[in-house]
Amino acid sequence: MSTTTERVSTRPAPAPPARGRRKPNWNLVVRIALLSLAAVLTLGPVMWTLSTSLRTPSESFRLPPSFFPLNPDFTSYVQVFEQLDIFILVLNSALVTGLIAVGQMVTAAMAGYAFANLKFRGGGALFSIVLATMMVPVQVTIVPVFMLIRGMGLSDTLLALILPAIPTAFGTFLMRQYFLGLPADLAEAAAIDGASPWRTFRSVYAPLAVPGMAIVGILAFNFHWNEFFRPLILTISERNFTLPLGLVSLQGNLGTGSISVVLAGVVLSMIPALVVFTFGQRALQDGLTAGTGK
Amino acid sequence: MSTTIPRRERSKQAARPAGPAKAAASGRHSQRWLAWMFLAPTIVGMGLFTLVPIVASVVLAFFRWDIISAPTFVGFDNFAEVVQDPTVRVSFLNTIVFVVVAVAFQLGLALALAVMVQEKMPSWLRTFFRSAFFFPLILSAASVSIFMRYLFNEQFGVVNWFLSLAGIPAVPWLTTPGGSAAVVILVYVWQNFGFSFLLFIGGLASIPTETYEAASLDGATGWRKHLYVTLPLLSPTTLLASVIAIINALQVFDQPYVLTRGGPGDSTRTAVMVIFESAFQRLEFGQASAIGVILTLIIMAVTAAQFRLSKRFVFYQ
Repeated sequence: MSTTTERVSTRPAPAPPARGRRKPNWNLVVRIALLSLAAVLTLGPVMWTLSTSLRTPSESFRLPPSFFPLNPDFTSYVQVFEQLDIFILVLNSALVTGLIAVGQMVTAAMAGYAFANLKFRGGGALFSIVLATMMVPVQVTIVPVFMLIRGMGLSDTLLALILPAIPTAFGTFLMRQYFLGLPADLAEAAAIDGASPWRTFRSVYAPLAVPGMAIVGILAFNFHWNEFFRPLILTISERNFTLPLGLVSLQGNLGTGSISVVLAGVVLSMIPALVVFTFGQRALQDGLTAGTGK
Repeated sequence: MSTTIPRRERSKQAARPAGPAKAAASGRHSQRWLAWMFLAPTIVGMGLFTLVPIVASVVLAFFRWDIISAPTFVGFDNFAEVVQDPTVRVSFLNTIVFVVVAVAFQLGLALALAVMVQEKMPSWLRTFFRSAFFFPLILSAASVSIFMRYLFNEQFGVVNWFLSLAGIPAVPWLTTPGGSAAVVILVYVWQNFGFSFLLFIGGLASIPTETYEAASLDGATGWRKHLYVTLPLLSPTTLLASVIAIINALQVFDQPYVLTRGGPGDSTRTAVMVIFESAFQRLEFGQASAIGVILTLIIMAVTAAQFRLSKRFVFYQ
């Protein structure tokens, strides 16, 4: 499941040229030049966002553009707190994302364990149904989900965002794979020691499942922190908005003179994603490509 | 697509302790009980929030309903109206053009970059490039569209500033149909090529090095090596990457919604945007469901077609 990349790179290279008459490796030079161009185009817009948010609001639209925050000015960061109830937005986003992530980790671990390690009738068919639900796009179910939420009296609450997102087909699939990868002897040993199925899960498998659950949690966090479509439909009043929604409406409300204020909000909203990127990049990459056979 | 699942079931049965039959039976009983306890949250949740809505969506497509008055059965009227509605037609056409251009661009870029990254180079540099290309995936499409809208601004946008350095006059990116479509595609590909890139990296790593050595011995060099070795051996990954990319692109919403609101005119309106607008702005829930059903059928047809084609063109080792 993990991407093993070192194999191609360790391919025995042609004999290194003798010292002294070293020829520049043109292939390498061209490749690095092209890749660097792509990296500049990928990171440039983000650098511009960061350094423009650190200009004063009146300077923010002035050209030439700024890509490096040489004289950082934090006026925009003060103003974004005045223009936008950003505490509420952060609190809503954190609450929604956190509860979905925890909910997914727990329910996916339990369901994944049941599919991987417990014997019961109809398991195979049930697992196929769970997998099939992954193919249905959220836009198709959103109208009935909206009605259902209204019927449950939850419309325009944070629970409207949280509850429907907790059951996770992909997380269940990931955890099932994860438990199948753990040694089977553990269950046998526990059974010989007379442990009940619950004890076997609680004291043997659950502690071992933590890394797998972390992947489910990181994926859920990344997806729902950035989510736009469902909050746009399922929340109505501004006190229930999440960060992306709040930022889009801020851009709509402010004129072009306050670019840096909007961008300060964008930068603030990226911080949790940056933390995940720094510490969980490997887990995120493995999780995103899991189930694709790579 | 094959995920290797360790064959555990068999070994578990074989190694089951041959205790008294009664104990085994009660063990199986408590296993079944625990299994259903563990599955309950997921199954109840999915039934309520996925399976019931799928069925409801299909049923609703045959009714006219504005939430306020009682729904009335209208047969295939919703489908007939939707198919004739010029906005819906344009939006589906836009979506198809978007999918073709964006996916081709995304896959081509990702493949070229993956091949270049995987060849010999200092490993710290490879790590840097991989992280850089992956980075946009962790951002929210809404935030990305917010800052991209400033970058593509006609008068003070950075993109036009760079173009002016090269003597190119200001491009009206977001105020013309062609410009808007180009921006939506560029912004979408900018954020998503990293995912295809990761898949291609994985695919390239699984090509045995001996194949390249054999090709070198036969005198293949440079691009010929990639044409005759990399492309055929990578075709399962290419199929997978294109299926995922097409399914995702068919559902594009965040970027056009934030960048252009579908305009100017209907030039960047997409299929999901018309679902959103008919349901939550015009309160035509039946028509919205009908459009959703059509979109789902298209997604299923594309997926099926790709796996059909793969039997003919994909080379499995």
